[in-house]
Amino acid sequence: MKAWFKSGSPWIWMTAGTVSLALIAVLGLIALIAWRGLTFFWPSTIYEFPFNDVDRQILIGEIYEREQIPVTRLQDAGIDTSHITDEFVTRYLVKIGNREFVPLDFTWVLATDIARMETPRDLVMLERARNGNFYGYVEDVLEDGISVMTANADIRAVFRDRIRRAVNLRDEAMTLQRGPIARINYQLDQIRLERRRMELRGTFTEEADAALREEEEALREAYLEVEAELFEIRQRAQRDAVVMRDMRGEQVTLSMNMVLDATYANDMNVLQKWGYFFRQIKKFVTEDPRESNTEGGVFPAIFGTVFMVLLMSVIVTPFGVIAAIYLHEYAGKNAITRMIRIAVINLAGVPSIVYGVFGLGFFVYMVGGTLDQIFYPESLPNPTFGTPGVLWSALTLAILTLPVVIVSTEEGLSRIPSAVREGSLALGATKAETIWRIVVPMASPAIMTGLILAVARAAGEVAPLMLVGVVKSAPTLPVDGNFPFFHLDRKFMHLGFHIYDVGFQSPNVEAARPLVYATSFLLVTVIVGLNLTAIGVRNRLREKFRALEH
Amino acid sequence: MASSQTSAQFSAGRMRLIKDRIARFGVTLGGGLVLLALLLIFFYLLYVVLPIFKGADVKSVESYAVPGGGETLALGMEARAEVGHRVTSDGRIVFFQLRAGDGLQPAGTVLLERSLVGEDEALRAFARNSLANNDYAVALADGLVRIARPEYDVSWPNDIRLVVPRLTFPFGETPLQLDEQGRDIQRLAFERDGNTLLFAAVTEDQRLIVTRFTGRQNMMTRAFTFSTQRTEVPLRGRIQSLHITPNLRQLFVQQNNRLHIFDVRNLADVQESQVISLPQSRGAVSAMALLAGSSSLMIAHDSGQISQWFEVSGDGQRQYREIRTFDVGRPIRSLIPEQFRRTFYAVTEEGELAILHTTSHRQLYQRQPGNVAIEQAAIGPRANHLVAQNGDQVHVFRLHNDHPEVSWSAIWSKVWYENYEEPTYTWQSTSGSDEFEPKFSLVPISFGTIKAAFYAMLLAVPIGLAAAVYTAYFMTPALRKVVKPTVEIMEALPTVILGFLAGLWLAPLVESHLPGFIAFVIVVPLTILVAAFLWHLLPENIRRHVTDGRAAMLLMPVVIFAGWASFAMSPYLELWFFDGDTRYFLTNELGINFDQRNALVVGIAMGFAVIPTIFSIAEDAVFSVPKHLSNGSLALGATEWQTLTKVVLLTASPGIFSAVMMGLGRAVGETMIVLMATGNTPIMDWNIFEGMRTLSANIAVEMPESEVGSTHYRILFLAAFVLFVFTFAFNTLAEFVRQRLREKYSSL
Repeated sequence: MKAWFKSGSPWIWMTAGTVSLALIAVLGLIALIAWRGLTFFWPSTIYEFPFNDVDRQILIGEIYEREQIPVTRLQDAGIDTSHITDEFVTRYLVKIGNREFVPLDFTWVLATDIARMETPRDLVMLERARNGNFYGYVEDVLEDGISVMTANADIRAVFRDRIRRAVNLRDEAMTLQRGPIARINYQLDQIRLERRRMELRGTFTEEADAALREEEEALREAYLEVEAELFEIRQRAQRDAVVMRDMRGEQVTLSMNMVLDATYANDMNVLQKWGYFFRQIKKFVTEDPRESNTEGGVFPAIFGTVFMVLLMSVIVTPFGVIAAIYLHEYAGKNAITRMIRIAVINLAGVPSIVYGVFGLGFFVYMVGGTLDQIFYPESLPNPTFGTPGVLWSALTLAILTLPVVIVSTEEGLSRIPSAVREGSLALGATKAETIWRIVVPMASPAIMTGLILAVARAAGEVAPLMLVGVVKSAPTLPVDGNFPFFHLDRKFMHLGFHIYDVGFQSPNVEAARPLVYATSFLLVTVIVGLNLTAIGVRNRLREKFRALEH
Repeated sequence: MASSQTSAQFSAGRMRLIKDRIARFGVTLGGGLVLLALLLIFFYLLYVVLPIFKGADVKSVESYAVPGGGETLALGMEARAEVGHRVTSDGRIVFFQLRAGDGLQPAGTVLLERSLVGEDEALRAFARNSLANNDYAVALADGLVRIARPEYDVSWPNDIRLVVPRLTFPFGETPLQLDEQGRDIQRLAFERDGNTLLFAAVTEDQRLIVTRFTGRQNMMTRAFTFSTQRTEVPLRGRIQSLHITPNLRQLFVQQNNRLHIFDVRNLADVQESQVISLPQSRGAVSAMALLAGSSSLMIAHDSGQISQWFEVSGDGQRQYREIRTFDVGRPIRSLIPEQFRRTFYAVTEEGELAILHTTSHRQLYQRQPGNVAIEQAAIGPRANHLVAQNGDQVHVFRLHNDHPEVSWSAIWSKVWYENYEEPTYTWQSTSGSDEFEPKFSLVPISFGTIKAAFYAMLLAVPIGLAAAVYTAYFMTPALRKVVKPTVEIMEALPTVILGFLAGLWLAPLVESHLPGFIAFVIVVPLTILVAAFLWHLLPENIRRHVTDGRAAMLLMPVVIFAGWASFAMSPYLELWFFDGDTRYFLTNELGINFDQRNALVVGIAMGFAVIPTIFSIAEDAVFSVPKHLSNGSLALGATEWQTLTKVVLLTASPGIFSAVMMGLGRAVGETMIVLMATGNTPIMDWNIFEGMRTLSANIAVEMPESEVGSTHYRILFLAAFVLFVFTFAFNTLAEFVRQRLREKYSSL
């Protein structure tokens, strides 16, 4: 034993233990996020709990969490535990939904209090546009307040058709709001700005004003027309309603225009459950958030993230590549080169929040404020570029990710054998030609790697964005059908910020948590995927040049 | 023909050369841009921060003959300092154009002149109350008093700001009877709270009387009826000055160098709550003033010393104590407070103006502004204009004093804030009240930064370094190819996700399974040792299949089992050692505060984020130690472990140092994890079960709400600048060490 200790072998094993610990931590973390994120989409069983105490009201809902707690803690809390014999007892957190009818949509239940856990096939979970989920039984379907059920009709089929109709109407209304109405409002605003611009330049004349007035009038008329159409759709959406029986045993009438989907989770086979699972994923990535982000999808956040990252790539790539070429191909061994290298290291090491502060002060207030005064005086005092927006976010993150591109590109350049350059120079090409025609194309996978890593970094960065352009809910996307189509001054939504906001700032954190896990999973998938791609590209590149050297 | 071809070739060649030159220039410029970006960040941050350390500046704007004539008793102005007024000793108030401007009258033009006293009345004494109320009281003969108020109606005809001054008598033109005996008043002080007026006066027969009028307004006629309370305070000796606090609770009476403080909340029972004897060595008391917020009393002396006093709790009661002193060096004529900030102005006998701030203990300015010896002065409500009189000239000055509340010592050392019992380090940047004294000490949040980084490093350094050493030195190359990228992935995980998991998953887990976490630290290493020993006991031919290089894989299930076991034990441990409720036990039995989002959670989460940084650099350093060194050591009979500790680690130590530095840099600047996994309370305590607020989280929390250009905004930039400098130092040092190491290896 002593000899064994002396050999140092236990310490080697200890260091090995730390590696396993680190690996378990990474893989465990990813597994945790994946599990929690993906179960969000899986249809969960809806339970009905009758209690031992027959006077206690029956609960209907999903089991959200279960935990073991010592009985002593219950005693400390003043709960009667005389009927419990074990030291520990299982406790369920049940999501009972029906937010407008119960004080809290989550409740704790002791396993020992429950008589049975039933899963009736007719129990249905309604996904609603407002007030969260509803659990209960479908009793009747109404049209203009009159039942449409006949003796031999299948209530599920009738209900499904009516939901489909309501959802379609909803989509139609949404299309109108997003399309023509948004466009008219935008144009009206442009006219207002045009008038102000002319006033400022002193070119405001009666004729010009009359022309603008005429345009405005036409737009207003068009608006009224669309609005009438919208009201008509809304009117139609009001037609149907569904009568539900909830866990209190009471009948509740819900307007159909609030119902988005109905799931008989207890009456699904595995195939249907998988179908539901993928449908939910699709909804998650393509739909807009509802209920102040705690429900619905994350499409605007995905769009915002991707758009900002693309914009950043366009900015960062040329600068990063040129700087890397300078450092590797042109720079001599002098003090300036050393300083640039230290600058690169430091840019990589400076905390991201500092970039945020810099971006806010320099880009937003200084550059943006100046741009506003020069180019957009008509909308002052409302800032155009002098306020956080997607352009400033992209610029800030471009500086932040610059070192990533430089380091990666330089590594690629250093792997290109000097024989290749010398060959090109010997054939009479200038240095610029050698670099442009020979070196850069050869290093392009390395540049690609750098860019992918930069994108991965930018997609996950939140702290600076909180200062320079991200908002919890943006009314419009930075790209739309109104000229000039790309609105770089707009604020945007971001997946990372979405996680922070929904997980920590939303009114009902408990209800929103699965959604945060799902969003996290989405973000982790994207970032891990990007990183794996980068590693793959890099490894292939290394192999290629190793072959070249021999 | 041939020659023209050559020349074409030649020119093409020249074009190429020019292009080459341009490319070289462009690329060099691009390279320089990186340096420029860093310098830009540095200097921009500095550019925003620096104004807070600048002193005040006073610039002369206008000067003109005193409008309206007569001797000046008081000066004043409206918020934008376009119109001013003066009260004369013959009882008139003169409104005049203070500054010239577009569409305004020339400066010095009298706009309105009204009398505060009737034709058959005479002005005996005069008093004004706090700037926030801005009323004047004039004492007439026979113990009568009238309240007047200068008001300014602002309108915007044709988009031009028009100020029309007027004089109102808010409590009616009929004077109030102050002294029951109807004697003339020599000295007067008054304050108003809503419709309640409190007067203190010295009559010609040297009685000190205190009178409270509680007014009630008739809704229809808008006339006031008053209920009156009077009392006479027995006090011998000549009274030099009187002051009343705006909350109508205290009366200060100054007799030479003695200051009597009376509690005047109940006039039926006026108590002398404290007597302060001011040291004779400071000379006679020459002026007194209450600062904004009315907590602080400033007392100025002939010697030029000014002391700040406020109430401090102690021995069960609140007593005035001297907090700090300033020395202007010249005899002081008067003190002028500001309306909102803790800045005050001292006018010396020589006509100098001194600008001082209490919280930051700074003297921002002292000289004759514009070489004018000022006799009397007043500050505008927004504290950006000063009107002063010298002989028969009125001078208007523009004040630039944007950030008086900050000084190097106010940021980094203990400051005694108003209503605090002792000097403290406090960060409290905003409050609902306008008269709030902001507390900008960066110490608690810097402390929080260090605390968070410390706990993170406590986890990350041992694990990161040990894992790096094993991976670089013992692990089989095939395994290393998998392990390294996996840890690199760990580095790429967005910190917002780590923060979210730390706050919403780990924090409740730590709270409910704390004994499990403690057990984990003990159980896992022990289990690894036991597993290693058991492995050692296995027959040689089995062991040979799995070398040391694969031990990490072998240990995976062991670690998982040990970890699971320690958490499974948690409830039982809790029952045995902590009476079934750890949190309760910690708080009540051990007296340790427990926050759900605490330093332990941050340590684990941020440690997790820092491990890959340390691992990656340290692994490179260990791996690049030349093989012939370790082979030589092994050949001489050293064991693997001896070779590692005595040869390899020693050689790689600069690289390992730089890894730790880089890790520290990352831990110091990390924002999202601390933002989400701590309670963000700026407290100073090493307790692992309490939270903290870090510099970075502080910026993230407060920056969006701070007003651009305000002191708060600049202080947050200073926090960012501190972070920048911190990490710059760490990174540069680390990079420098690494460069040296690289050079050393290349020579080996």
